[in-house]
Amino acid sequence: MIYITSEPLNPQEITDLVCKDSNGAVITFLGTTRDFSEGRDVLYLEYEAYQPMAENMLHQIADEVRERWGIEDIAIAHRVGKLEIGEISLVVAMGSPHRKEAFEASQYAMDRIKSIVPIWKKEVFKGGEAWIGGQEEGATTPAP
Amino acid sequence: MKVSVRFFALYRERAGVSQTEVDLPEGTTPKELLTRLRSSYSSLPLSDSVLIAVNSEYVNPEAPLHEGDEVAFIPPVSGGET
Repeated sequence: MIYITSEPLNPQEITDLVCKDSNGAVITFLGTTRDFSEGRDVLYLEYEAYQPMAENMLHQIADEVRERWGIEDIAIAHRVGKLEIGEISLVVAMGSPHRKEAFEASQYAMDRIKSIVPIWKKEVFKGGEAWIGGQEEGATTPAP
Repeated sequence: MKVSVRFFALYRERAGVSQTEVDLPEGTTPKELLTRLRSSYSSLPLSDSVLIAVNSEYVNPEAPLHEGDEVAFIPPVSGGET
């Protein structure tokens, strides 16, 4: 199951989706919001998605994992909207008969999520805010 | 032909809108639309290498657009956390 939501993510529920008697290895990755970034004290974060496309891209990544590692049991959930520090922004769960494939495929899926899925993160910190990944000059906007 | 243009994240804030409709000559490519948007929205930091999606799929920026297409300029992404 793959979805994007503004509701808090429940890692156990998402992990349960990939737990099967035929899977000897289950890996659940949690992305959590951090309070310190590039020397700035982050107050909270805002995630924005191009939702239908982001879901399509997550499905594409799941298909790639299925083709490369034969892993069928994949669940990915990404949260959007305002997140406080320490909340879970992303859950990627994989179930596989053996651990090696599950670790490799999880790493691969994470790298792909970071590069092709249209979801953006804005850090709001003391003294301003900045879209992360937006490295163009002037991407940082001072607080009003 | 009319196409809709979507802006997200940094581009949405800089453009001041999340969506707009533009009337273009038949056969216009995303790359040509990019040039046009740069002059309409001078504060939009669109580089030549920006990723472009049409109808929710990444496309070749030289492939012509069609009536009713939804074009999105994709700012650098940061899904999830490291």
